[in-house]
Amino acid sequence: MATTPNKPAAAGKPAATKKSSQGFVYLPLIAGWLIPGAGHFLLRKWIRGTLIAVSIIAMFALGLAMQGKIYTSAQDILDMLGVAGDLGNGLLYFLGRAAGWGAQPEQITVADYGTKFIVVAGLLNIIAAVDAHNLRTGRKS
Amino acid sequence: MLHPSHFATVLLFALFASTVFGITMRDTPRKMFRYGAYCFVLFIGSVIVFSWVMFLIAR
Repeated sequence: MATTPNKPAAAGKPAATKKSSQGFVYLPLIAGWLIPGAGHFLLRKWIRGTLIAVSIIAMFALGLAMQGKIYTSAQDILDMLGVAGDLGNGLLYFLGRAAGWGAQPEQITVADYGTKFIVVAGLLNIIAAVDAHNLRTGRKS
Repeated sequence: MLHPSHFATVLLFALFASTVFGITMRDTPRKMFRYGAYCFVLFIGSVIVFSWVMFLIAR
């Protein structure tokens, strides 16, 4: 199922296809998840990777600066979704957990915006990591 | 601690989300820029429209 979209690229660029078939195909996906933009950097998409890294790290940092909360436990379904979104930040999430960032409860309206910034940064990072995987497999040019 | 206004928060959110949407949803730089700008305008436009709708409902 994953091989069908690669067929046109294989017909047009045999050398590139041979090169792209080497190595661990999920490396850009995992690297992009752990470090925002790293998946694109591995594929030498420097400008795309930089823009993604700046956007996601800035959203995460702004969320923390607004006293946003990092979800740590899943008490109910909304908390579970929050944890899932936050986990998308990869190492930023684990760094935040280890450093105790975003541990304080929300007390002002801006802190709620901050919490959403952190969750959305994680979700955007997942989209970016999947995009890097698609570039790696040849589904996207 | 940062205390941006609601609209400044929306501008920041729209800027970053549109950037990632543009890069990930299109293939060429020109199309990426156009789609990113399109998403940004939709984000901001929908916020302004729904703000006015809520204002009129609350009256």
